[in-house]
Amino acid sequence: MVPALVMYGLFVLQPLFLTIQYSFYDWDGVGPGEWVGLDNYVRVFTDSDLLGPIFNSFRLLIFFSVIPVTLGVVTASLIHRIASTRFGSVATTVIFLPQVIPLVASGIIWGWLLARPGVVNQILEAIGLGGIARAWLGDFGTALPAVGMIGIWVLLGFCTVLLQTGMAKINPELYEAARLDGAGWWAELRAVTLPGIKYEIGVCLTVTAIAALAAFDIVYVSTGGGPGRSTQVPGIKIYIEAFLQRRVGLASALAVALVVLVLAVILPVQRLTREDQT
Amino acid sequence: MIATRTEKYIGHLFLAALMLFTVLPFVSIFFTALHPSGSLPSGLEWPDEPQWGNFVEAFRVAEMGELVVSSSLIVIGVVPVSLAFSTMAGFAIGLLRIPGARWLLLLFIFGLTLPFEGIVIPLYYLAREIGILNTRLAIVLPLIGLFMPFGVFWMRAHFANMPNEITESARVDGASTWDLFRRIHLPLARGPIASLAILLSIWTWNQFLLALVLVEDPTQRTMAGALGAFQGHYATDIPLLCAGTIVILLPTFVIFVVLQRQLVTALLQGSVKG
Repeated sequence: MVPALVMYGLFVLQPLFLTIQYSFYDWDGVGPGEWVGLDNYVRVFTDSDLLGPIFNSFRLLIFFSVIPVTLGVVTASLIHRIASTRFGSVATTVIFLPQVIPLVASGIIWGWLLARPGVVNQILEAIGLGGIARAWLGDFGTALPAVGMIGIWVLLGFCTVLLQTGMAKINPELYEAARLDGAGWWAELRAVTLPGIKYEIGVCLTVTAIAALAAFDIVYVSTGGGPGRSTQVPGIKIYIEAFLQRRVGLASALAVALVVLVLAVILPVQRLTREDQT
Repeated sequence: MIATRTEKYIGHLFLAALMLFTVLPFVSIFFTALHPSGSLPSGLEWPDEPQWGNFVEAFRVAEMGELVVSSSLIVIGVVPVSLAFSTMAGFAIGLLRIPGARWLLLLFIFGLTLPFEGIVIPLYYLAREIGILNTRLAIVLPLIGLFMPFGVFWMRAHFANMPNEITESARVDGASTWDLFRRIHLPLARGPIASLAILLSIWTWNQFLLALVLVEDPTQRTMAGALGAFQGHYATDIPLLCAGTIVILLPTFVIFVVLQRQLVTALLQGSVKG
């Protein structure tokens, strides 16, 4: 017990307290810091420069969390219903693949796909939509959804496989009963599947929500927060402020805000989906 | 299971489309990697003369040999220690139910939600203070700490589900707590420990933020950290960048193909347990 607690305390809890401590100072990381009380927090919640990243992370939540989970439910139920064959397991494996490669690699790969001469534009041109082709990650309007797209690609497999295991545990008799009543795919999904995988949906939402709010790797390599500040998320902003601008106090305040934000999003999800578990 | 024909048809089509969506990016960078270095091909285009030499070139400029050694060293530094510590702690919380176990568990679970960004700033200054900044140790030590919540959570779930009779009968035979751990429960926990080892290795290998912040020299970083630096250098040479990405991904891919089944189950159990 003790060694685990020591490592955890030393390299996780202690830094966390230090982050909180730093957040009350104005410090450049070198000289002595100056106590500024809550000033840094006031800036985090009033300065659009710092609020922007927080809003962006909520927009990412749609792409990293809502879409992969929804699409995951559909995919998993399809595999469960029609493809318990070889094809189904091959599909599962393939869709899962992006989950094991570094996020940095996903960022680089998609950086190229979404570039002006990349595949995405090639496909659009091939189907006669060449007019909307553009450098997706370099356009103010599309950069954030384009980053979100990368998130979908990475997280869909994880959600699908996890939800599938949830479905495998549902009593087959329930499905038989539903079929006897003539339920189609949609009716079956609503009446049998969704209630049965409530817990797994909760886990998916939790994991993906953390991935969205704390996103760093993908954004760092694909856009670096740009163009302008259109894809700046808290992780990136913290990195810039702390290690490039040397405004350690401000960066720390944003980091604390991020920690609280993650908890604020996750706790209700956990509450809703696990209440009857404990 | 019975399903109508149209349903089957549409369903298969949908799954095939998703698979294409997943695979196409890999195909694209593979094709691109075969174009002459420095040229600007379009996204999906088989080159006139495939430049297989690009992979050799990427292997060289990315200093792949050193990278594999560096990442392996970090994994070796992180994983065995993390496994030992989390197994012991999981045993104490899950099986011995030491006083305060509930609170300790909650403390660790809180750590599961903690974004790395929340602690990376002080980690930088701490590493500087104790003089390990820019060494692999600066990645290894914090990672062990950061893996504790998951590791403990994971091992606790295993130990908490062990039937009590095993422990009781060992106690009756006069086993000390240490014997109980070492001779009875450790061998029984081999499966979950192995899965945990795979997971932690991949997460270490793919760790980016800590490597970026704490270690400047790419050849001392993790694989992902090095890839980030590689991208910084060769962002304009698309074919070489693609070749480099593939070369760096190759080890992970091989492992995935070999350990595919264990890996998927491990990842899943990890999130459902508890």
